Amino acid sequence: MQDPPPISRRLLLGGSLALAGAAATGCAIPVGLGSSRTRVQYWHFLGASDGIIMNKMVQAFAKDNPDIFVEENVLAWGEPYYTKIAMAGSGGRSPDLATFHLARLAGIGAGQILDPINVKLLEEAGLRGADFSPPIWERAHLDGVLYAIPFDAHPMVQYYNTDICGKAGLLGPDGKLKPTKGVDELVAALGKAKEVMGGKPPLTYDALGIGTVGPWRVWYSLYPQSGGTLLSDDGTKIAIDDAKALEVLRFMRRLGQEGLCDRRTDYGASVANFTNGQAAFLWNGDWETTGLKERKTPFSMTRFPDVFGSGAAQADCHSFVLPHQRNRDPEVERATYRFIAYLVKNSADWAVAGHVPAYLPALEEPEYLALQPQSEYRSVITEVSLDPQVWFAGSASRLWLEFGQAFSPVITGDRTPEEGLAAAKAALARLLSAPDPFPAEERQ
Amino acid sequence: MTSTTVAPPATAAPVAQEKVRRGWTQHGLLFVAPFLLIYLAFLVWPTVLGFRMSLSSVNIAGGNNHLVGFANYAEAFADPRMWRSLWNTLVFTVLSTVPLVLLGLGFALLVHHLRFVQWLWRLSFFGPFLLPSAVVSLLWLQMIYPPDYGLINGTLGTKTLWLADPSVAMWSMVLTTVWWTVGFNFLLYLAALQSIPQHLYEAAAIDGASAWDKLRSITLPLLGRTTALIVVLQLLASLKVFDQIYLMTAGGPQDSTRPIIEYAYDVGFTGYRTGYASAVSYILFVLIVIVSLAQLRLFRKRAEVSS
Repeated sequence: MQDPPPISRRLLLGGSLALAGAAATGCAIPVGLGSSRTRVQYWHFLGASDGIIMNKMVQAFAKDNPDIFVEENVLAWGEPYYTKIAMAGSGGRSPDLATFHLARLAGIGAGQILDPINVKLLEEAGLRGADFSPPIWERAHLDGVLYAIPFDAHPMVQYYNTDICGKAGLLGPDGKLKPTKGVDELVAALGKAKEVMGGKPPLTYDALGIGTVGPWRVWYSLYPQSGGTLLSDDGTKIAIDDAKALEVLRFMRRLGQEGLCDRRTDYGASVANFTNGQAAFLWNGDWETTGLKERKTPFSMTRFPDVFGSGAAQADCHSFVLPHQRNRDPEVERATYRFIAYLVKNSADWAVAGHVPAYLPALEEPEYLALQPQSEYRSVITEVSLDPQVWFAGSASRLWLEFGQAFSPVITGDRTPEEGLAAAKAALARLLSAPDPFPAEERQ
Repeated sequence: MTSTTVAPPATAAPVAQEKVRRGWTQHGLLFVAPFLLIYLAFLVWPTVLGFRMSLSSVNIAGGNNHLVGFANYAEAFADPRMWRSLWNTLVFTVLSTVPLVLLGLGFALLVHHLRFVQWLWRLSFFGPFLLPSAVVSLLWLQMIYPPDYGLINGTLGTKTLWLADPSVAMWSMVLTTVWWTVGFNFLLYLAALQSIPQHLYEAAAIDGASAWDKLRSITLPLLGRTTALIVVLQLLASLKVFDQIYLMTAGGPQDSTRPIIEYAYDVGFTGYRTGYASAVSYILFVLIVIVSLAQLRLFRKRAEVSS
């Protein structure tokens, strides 16, 4: 203690100042002062296998475009992500580019939180509206103004364990799952799988958990199959067909009661069970593909089963948006569009993650068609059931959480289908009566 | 207290008061001015601004800024989720305050009377309080509560969904909170215990008092002021609960744990309705003011009685 310090105070101070300086510029080192590279700040929520593939694409872009540095910033998915986008956009000092769920576009305050897409620059980068799936391209607009560039659609799909299904005799001569039609055929197939599995529930999906949206996803796949809608066309009135909605809920509950579906699993457990061969079927979004392949699960996947009259499946679309910036650097802007165009044109690489490209030319590429099992369910793209275009809809939105919360106890058996539907309708009524924070008349 | 103490000699009083008053106007204001300015700028002004916001339909981007009068309040009072979260906050406050005070006292008595490795007991009871809320949440979320391999289910051989079952989740949050924060009350009680003069116990022992008599007639009454302080602090802390619940259940399942602060956060930051969120915050603000005033009155009465 009494010894003089080995380092003089001035030296220490200077040293720490230098360190602090280095830390402050740390993230900018790749584009440091004097560098000719343009930095594009990119936020996305693509974790796990999606994230690995996105990272590969970013690196591939960097290789081809040494003059542009894309700074990837991966954030947690869901409500927290949209909170951050809203905060960043409202401050006007946001990242140059962000991924976004198309169904949330109506609720984010386009024009206030998001800037419109510069169609001229987009065309300069080589992307035209005609190259995209028309209904999805349509959804990227609000009042005729383009606010997002669609990247993919990610529908609910049916994963199946090829070993178990083979033993249960559910596979056709080509080794693919024989499609079922209607309630009885599906129940029969599940019954056979259950037998092979020694009485264990053969189907799994996230039925409960904190902030679960699984019950919504399954219900909103099945209910539109019978032609049911949620809201009137103008999005102001509840248009739920009680009989159809209840039929679906009763069916979801029945699967649990008859031991055909594991009704007390959360998201993680449902995926884990399927990965480990503890379930023959998994109902989930298409994004688990890469993870299942990595873990060597003997699986394939197909379209969500046709139970109530069509093959509709709940879906949302990833897209790119430009969060609001007070002063957008034209050079960075150009680089951003180049990066977007690169990603979209290489959608076949992105499809490895399981998603169906929104960029039509990619759907025809032999590269994509060779992807197995990803190209198996591409036909769903014409039958996706997208959220109603209202401010409280979209991935991880209030609509999803409220419906997930209303239906979860129906699946677990703690609430009757009637009570579940009543809770969902009450929540929907509240959402409809609450004022839109970004009313259309405020747009620009 | 002043009512029963002996008044100072009458002649000295006016002079003293005169001095005090002049001091206040001459220098006192100067000394408190920096603080007063900060207080005005960062507390009073935002409070006024927040109230103005609660009367508007402003969104998170600062747009749609129209005065709507008390529409937000009317909506909040008709909003079942607001009532649910307010109810959750009150339930949490009651469920957590009682064990936090009693256990704090119990542990303090225990440690006070233990004569060996006292530092170890102090550290074990106070240690958790030093952890950040994120660490505590992660610890319980990942190690203690998981249904399949968590410490509790693993030890008891049960299958309870500690955080995913709406009838259990609130109790789980209380348990975590008690473990995490009881150390602070424990420390306050321990300090108070150590300040009780030893001769009181010696005198009582001479009079033949049992351990229970000593606790009832000496320890507990002399801890009265500390208890009052702890209860106030605890009530206010519990009414403002947010971190651990947000991190562990995000208010779920079935809204069973969402406290009012999280509801304000939800409607404001994830629902983008800043005006409505302000109204919800003001409802909580009024509630906290009421509780504080009630406590203050109770405090004053107690002080008068004890003197």
